[in-house]
Amino acid sequence: MSDESATLRNAAWEGYLRPDGRKGIRNLLLVVYTVQCAEFVAQEIAHGEADTHVIGFPGCYDNAYAIRLLLALARHPNVGGVLAVGLGCEYTQPARIADVVRASGRPAHSFFIQEHGGTRSSIEYGKQLLAALRRDVESAPRVPMDWRDLMVGCECGGSDGTSGLAGNPVVGRFFDLLVDLGGSAIFEETVEMIGLRDVLARRGKTPEAQQALRHTYDKAEHYCRSVRQYSIAPGNFAGGLTTIEEKSMGAFAKSGSRPIEGVIRVAETPPHPGLWLLDSVPDQSFMQFGYTNPNDTEGIMDLISTGAQIILFVTGRGSVIGSPIAPLIKITGNGKTFRNMEQDIDFNAGRVLDGSMTMDGAGTALAELVRSVAGGTMTKPEQIGHREYFIMYKHQDTPSLTEGCRA
Amino acid sequence: MAECFQISLLDNVATLLADAEPGSVTIRGEAEQQAIHLAQPVRIAHKVALRAMEKGAPVVKYGVPIGEATQSIAPGEWVHLHNCRSFYDDGSSHLNLETGAREEMPYV
Repeated sequence: MSDESATLRNAAWEGYLRPDGRKGIRNLLLVVYTVQCAEFVAQEIAHGEADTHVIGFPGCYDNAYAIRLLLALARHPNVGGVLAVGLGCEYTQPARIADVVRASGRPAHSFFIQEHGGTRSSIEYGKQLLAALRRDVESAPRVPMDWRDLMVGCECGGSDGTSGLAGNPVVGRFFDLLVDLGGSAIFEETVEMIGLRDVLARRGKTPEAQQALRHTYDKAEHYCRSVRQYSIAPGNFAGGLTTIEEKSMGAFAKSGSRPIEGVIRVAETPPHPGLWLLDSVPDQSFMQFGYTNPNDTEGIMDLISTGAQIILFVTGRGSVIGSPIAPLIKITGNGKTFRNMEQDIDFNAGRVLDGSMTMDGAGTALAELVRSVAGGTMTKPEQIGHREYFIMYKHQDTPSLTEGCRA
Repeated sequence: MAECFQISLLDNVATLLADAEPGSVTIRGEAEQQAIHLAQPVRIAHKVALRAMEKGAPVVKYGVPIGEATQSIAPGEWVHLHNCRSFYDDGSSHLNLETGAREEMPYV
């Protein structure tokens, strides 16, 4: 083992211990709005508070996927305390969110705007509750963390020809390292794996994992056929891609080469470390309910809902997004894009294409960056203050479609 | 000299990193060979064959088959829709070689 890999293997940093035993790399407060009508007040409460992020659900009618997602984000390892704010007439209940958060040992408060006199007085009241939460959360115990405590998710967007050649394969090398060091790696975008049914299934660690991968693939393929959403277009062929398998492998390359432990669903945390596939595709339903990753940010929120403390985002053309709760590390395989948008992009994987770095070298360099971010170094999106957030209705495993109906 | 990139040692194709004219091209990445002689012009992000392939042989990139050769392919040849097809998607075998556009769709 080289000195470099020994240093990486033994890397340790300080994190924040939550009362439920999970370890975070940031010590954040979260304001959660339970309907679009409460979003402005939620944003104003958080305004000017560097440690306070905002998430929520815009719909008035609740949705099992959205509730599970909110509850998972509110109990994320990077989150210390939560304030849930509602208008007062929506289905989603701020008090119930606060109850679940308190059951995890974290402090939480909630209120309805309609019961606190309107916008200005609600903002003022919310700021007071936030200050009280901060006093509780500031004393979160610091604990040593290493790779085994770390969960990292990855997604790609704004891809170009370099994403499949360098951006995603470099993440794949890092994921191999992370898994070998005892950590957890999560990838998604099953709809970008069309044509790879056997390649995907063979990566399953056990017969059960292989079965789960085939099932998840089949659902994604059926989804693609029903909504006629295939992720390959004339421009891809003109640009040099010959088959959908080739395009799919470019995205799948981010999974690296280690066995896949199994499939988790939105808001589920993997039961043990290793490499996992996140199924964020809507389940079959009579109305084909919801879109799979309607934009980059929704996919990132699905990844964060698994408890991942850091998210990697691979872009080719360039992107300026960030994320709440879990820091986003932006990576490009395109050296030109990196130089053009260096203020926004953290890592230049294009160095493997110009020959100045090997694929393994780039994987190790990315691991160094992840370790540094885990230890507190702010990513470029964090420094700028990017916290893009978006979720929408999606049907995933709602218990019964007829529940609540008197037929 | 123009360059191409090989992702896995198992691959029998490499991807051009710039438009290239016939002649020698350096191979970067996971490569045993140092260079390949292009038999024809190949555009950026398109593929060149590194080894001879018989008709029906798998075209390998990322270490996995991404399609099969529909005719024999010599080292240095451009590999694309005219000599490689998907195992999965029949549609891509009926696309315009230059634009990738679907040709059988009626516009009426």
